[in-house]
Amino acid sequence: MSISNQDFEYLRNFLKTSSGLVVNPEKEYLLKSRLEPLARSQGMDSIGELVSSMKKFSSSDLKVEVTDAMTTNESLFFRDKTPFEHLDNIMLPYLLDARKSRKRIKIWCAAASTGQEPYSIAMSLKEKSAMVAGWKFDILGTDISKSVLQKASVGHYTQFEVQRGLPIKLLLKYFKQEGENWVLNEDIRKMVTYKEGNLLENFTNIGRFDIVFCRNVLIYFDLDTKREVLNKIAMQMEKDAYLLLGAAETVMGVCDKFEAVKGSRGLYKLVK
Amino acid sequence: MKTCLVVDDSSVIRKVARRVLEELDFEILEAEDGQQALDQCHLDMPEAILLDWNMPVMDGLEFLVQLRSSKNGDKPKVIFCTTENDISHIAQAVQAGADEYIMKPFDREILENKFQEVGLI
Repeated sequence: MSISNQDFEYLRNFLKTSSGLVVNPEKEYLLKSRLEPLARSQGMDSIGELVSSMKKFSSSDLKVEVTDAMTTNESLFFRDKTPFEHLDNIMLPYLLDARKSRKRIKIWCAAASTGQEPYSIAMSLKEKSAMVAGWKFDILGTDISKSVLQKASVGHYTQFEVQRGLPIKLLLKYFKQEGENWVLNEDIRKMVTYKEGNLLENFTNIGRFDIVFCRNVLIYFDLDTKREVLNKIAMQMEKDAYLLLGAAETVMGVCDKFEAVKGSRGLYKLVK
Repeated sequence: MKTCLVVDDSSVIRKVARRVLEELDFEILEAEDGQQALDQCHLDMPEAILLDWNMPVMDGLEFLVQLRSSKNGDKPKVIFCTTENDISHIAQAVQAGADEYIMKPFDREILENKFQEVGLI
């Protein structure tokens, strides 16, 4: 299967508008490798046929599936370690003091994918039960992809997935084995709620947060989209809240609402 | 350079592990069973041990129990790497003193990740 210039342009514009994803001409291979299997699964012979079908209907499940297929859902438990060290050493000590009157901390994982990040946070907090006794933690996971959120909410992981980043003692403590799968215990699953959410759309209805994890998402956007998303995230943060970005991401030269927390890679606060 | 003792009766697994771990800057020693591994540890205790479970002469669990009760046997980080993938084996290994556990089949990323997990990288 090959992609005509017209179809490539249509898909490129569609993905930019629907999810912010930037697909440059050199990434045409990515369209082919992700969309050819989707076209075949729909009984279509070509990506051209897929595009024709997308054009016929302004709103369709097919468009959702195309966005799903093109968004990267790579995730692992305790990814990059450093953000979780920041949680333990910087954010929690500060917030446990700053929020002591309401004893409630709200955390938002803005690209929750298949759940490894919010569940890593939940397990981290559970490991500190004595320190956070009497506190309520609300962890919200949002993602543009309905299918990954379905997987996240079920909490079933393969042997391969539980070996990527999850310490063996936490596997023993918080998972049960069911055949070839590992199932997260209900007490951890219940700590996280999931909601479909597109970072390009309005999300003022989710409330304000004390910590926002938005890692490895901005790298897929162009500069204007990065700025737009960061401005929207800033609106959902309490004035002394923290933002965590991925290791290859920064606010520098993108958005002036945030400043880096000195000596803490990837960690930002709102400018006062 | 840190030393890792790779204990597995399969020469293929030893070769694969050697290739990955040498790239991660480990000096590799090899043993084909638990007894050979124990002898090697008594000669010179490595920083890390990648350990199979089912082996002739002495299996991995028996080796680990004996290692942990020997002089300086608490020093090496021990990572099981085995086809025994059920939760009861994992619990047994952790109770006997394993620091991490790899369920075969594994890839480079998992191996590297587990060595990071125990602080060796």
